[in-house]
Amino acid sequence: MTVPSEIKPHLTREHSIALYRDMLRIRRFEEKCAELYTQEKIRGFLHLYIGEEAIATGVMQALTPNDAIIATYREHGHALARGVAMNAVMAEMYGKQEGSSRGRGGSMHIFDAPTHFYGGNAIVGGGLPLASGLALAFKMQNQPHVSVCFFGEGAAAEGEFHETLNLAALWRLPVLFVCENNLYAMGTALQISESETDIHLKAKAYRMPSESVDGMDVVAVEAAARRSLSEIRNGGGPAFLECRTYRFRAHSMFDAQLYRTKEEVEGWKQRDPIKRFGDWLRHSGIAHDADFELLEREVAAEVGASVLFAEAGTWEPVSDLLRDVMTPRAAT
Amino acid sequence: MNERAPLPAVSTYREAVRAAIREALQREPRAFVMGEDVGRYGGCYAVTKGLLDEFGPERIRDTPLSESGFVGAGVGAAMGGMRPIVEVMTCNFSLLCLDQIMNNAATLRHMSGGQFSVPIVIRMATGAGRQLAAQHSHSLEGWYAHIPGIRVLAPATLEDARGMLWTALTDPDPVLIFENIMLYNMSGTLDIAAGAVDIDHAAVRRPGRDVSLITYGGSLAKTMEAAGNLAQGGIEAEVIDLRTLRPLDDTTIMGSVGKTRRAVIIDEGWRSGSISAEIATRIMEQAFWSLDAPVVRVCTEEVPIPYPKHLEDAALPSRDKIEATVHRVVGR
Repeated sequence: MTVPSEIKPHLTREHSIALYRDMLRIRRFEEKCAELYTQEKIRGFLHLYIGEEAIATGVMQALTPNDAIIATYREHGHALARGVAMNAVMAEMYGKQEGSSRGRGGSMHIFDAPTHFYGGNAIVGGGLPLASGLALAFKMQNQPHVSVCFFGEGAAAEGEFHETLNLAALWRLPVLFVCENNLYAMGTALQISESETDIHLKAKAYRMPSESVDGMDVVAVEAAARRSLSEIRNGGGPAFLECRTYRFRAHSMFDAQLYRTKEEVEGWKQRDPIKRFGDWLRHSGIAHDADFELLEREVAAEVGASVLFAEAGTWEPVSDLLRDVMTPRAAT
Repeated sequence: MNERAPLPAVSTYREAVRAAIREALQREPRAFVMGEDVGRYGGCYAVTKGLLDEFGPERIRDTPLSESGFVGAGVGAAMGGMRPIVEVMTCNFSLLCLDQIMNNAATLRHMSGGQFSVPIVIRMATGAGRQLAAQHSHSLEGWYAHIPGIRVLAPATLEDARGMLWTALTDPDPVLIFENIMLYNMSGTLDIAAGAVDIDHAAVRRPGRDVSLITYGGSLAKTMEAAGNLAQGGIEAEVIDLRTLRPLDDTTIMGSVGKTRRAVIIDEGWRSGSISAEIATRIMEQAFWSLDAPVVRVCTEEVPIPYPKHLEDAALPSRDKIEATVHRVVGR
C-alpha cells in the first residue's frame, strides 16, 4: 500500500543525484553502444533511447521490487534504470553467455527474472497483452504488485493496444501503461498515422485515468507515475501515462532520418532531459561542478568496466544450440 | 490420489473434455478458463457448459472478442504464476492471436535464456464437416507443429480427450490442443477411473502387417473404418494415431513402417507443406531402405473448404479415398 508521503517525489539531494545518475548511466552506456556498433562488436538492430531517459528513470522510482516490467526493443534504458546489472546488459549486447539472456536475445531482448524484467519485446504492441496477463495473475493470487508496460506511440495503431486497454479496464487489472510518444513510429510521423494524435485520449475512451506529461522532465514523470501507481495500488484498475518525448538518434543504426528535419531534432535537443535537470540542480544549489565531474567519472568507470566484462565474456558452445527451446524433461 | 467428478460409463468426446477441465480446476487452484463465450453461453461447442455455475466468473472468464488480447493475457498470466486454459473458438480465429502464440508463447523461454517459461494450455476447435465454409473449417494444427517451443496435441479418442489436458497443464511449456469438431458428439464408453495420459507417444490403434496408416485427430475414426473394411478383403492395416504432432514420435512411426514396409498418411490439412509432408520426409530419411512402395498421402484437397455438403465431403479425406489409396499401395 502506498502511503501519501510517497505520492510526490521528494527532491532531496540524495534522490536528485540518483535521478541524474540513472539518466546519465543510460546516456553514456548507449553512447558507448553506438561506438561499439560501428566497431561491429554489437550487431543486429540497435535502438537507442537517447533523449528519452527521463521516462524510464522517472517511472522506475515509483515501483516496488516485485512489480513487473514489460518493455520494447528500445529497452536498454529501462533495464538499467530497473537495476539490471550493466555488465549483464552489455554482455547481452555482445551476445555473450554472461549476458542477461545468456546472449540469446541481444539488444532487443533483455530479460532479468530477479528484477521482474519481462523483456524487451520487439513486436510493436506485442508486450501489452503480456502486461495485462501478469496483472491478472497478480490480482488472482491476491498479490499487491503492479505490471508496468512501456511502448511507443506507434503501438497505439495496433489492435493489441486496444484489446489490452479494454480488457485491463474491464477487469480492473493493476497495469500502468506508459506510452513513450516520441512522435515517430520508425519514420512515420504521428499525424500521418493517427486520426487522434492525443494518445492519452484513447485511453480515456476505455474509462481509465489517463494523462499526458512532459517526458523530457524526469521529476514530472516521477510525480505522474507516483500519482498513477497510487490509484492503481488502491484498487482503481489500470492507468495510462502518455510521456511526450523525442528520440535524438536515428530509429536504429540503419536509419538516414529522411523523415524529419535537422532543425526539429536540434529544437528538441534544447530540451535534453539530462542537461535540463542538471541545470536545475546547479541553479538550485543541489549539485555543483565537482558533483557532476564525479558522476561522470563514476559512470564512465562503470561503462568501461561493462565493456571489459563483455569482451572477456564467452561464447555459448554450439553444442548448446537447442537449449531452452523447451524445458528439459525427464525421458519417458 | 485425486478427486474426480463421477463420469458415466458412456460419454461423448465433449463430455470427456469437460470432465478434464473440471478435474483441472478442482485439482489445480492456479488453473482457470478464459475465452470467448466459455461462461454464460457455455462454449461455442458447449464444452464448458455448466462450469460457470460450478466455478464462478473468476475461474470461468468470458472475454471480449480479442483473440490476441486474451491469449496474450494468458501468456502473461502463465508467466505470473497461473495455469491458464485458454479456449480459441476455432483455429481459423487463432490467426488473430498467432503473434502471441508464435512471437511470445513459443519464444519467451528461449529469448530469456531460460529464465521464464510459459505454462499455458490453448485449446481450439479444428476441422471441417459441418458446412461452416471457408473461415470456420480449416485444419491448421500442422502449421502450429512447425513452431519450435510449443507442444501440439490432437486427441482423437475419448481417453485422450479426457486425459491429455491434465498432462498438458502440468507441462512447463505452452501446449496447444486441437479438438476436431466432428468428434465432439462421438460417444463410447470411458472408464470411470480414466485420467491423465502421456503426451509423448503415438499409439498403435490397430495392429497389422501389410501397410501402416498414419493419422491423427478427426481422421482416426475414418481410418479405423477403412482398416476394418480392408481386413475383410485380406489386407491387414496397422493404424497409428499420432496423438502428438509436435514433437513427432519417430520411434513408433518407424517401428511400424519397418514392419509393414508401406505407409499411407491421412491428414485433414492441405497437402502442400503439411504435417503429412513432414512425416513422409522423415520416413524417407529414416526408413527408406525398409520400404516396398512409395509413401503416399490422403489429404484435404487444395481448396478453401466449400459450403455445399457434397463439395465439402469431396474436399476431405474419406474412408473411400483411404481404402482406394491402400489398394493402390498394396497392389491388391
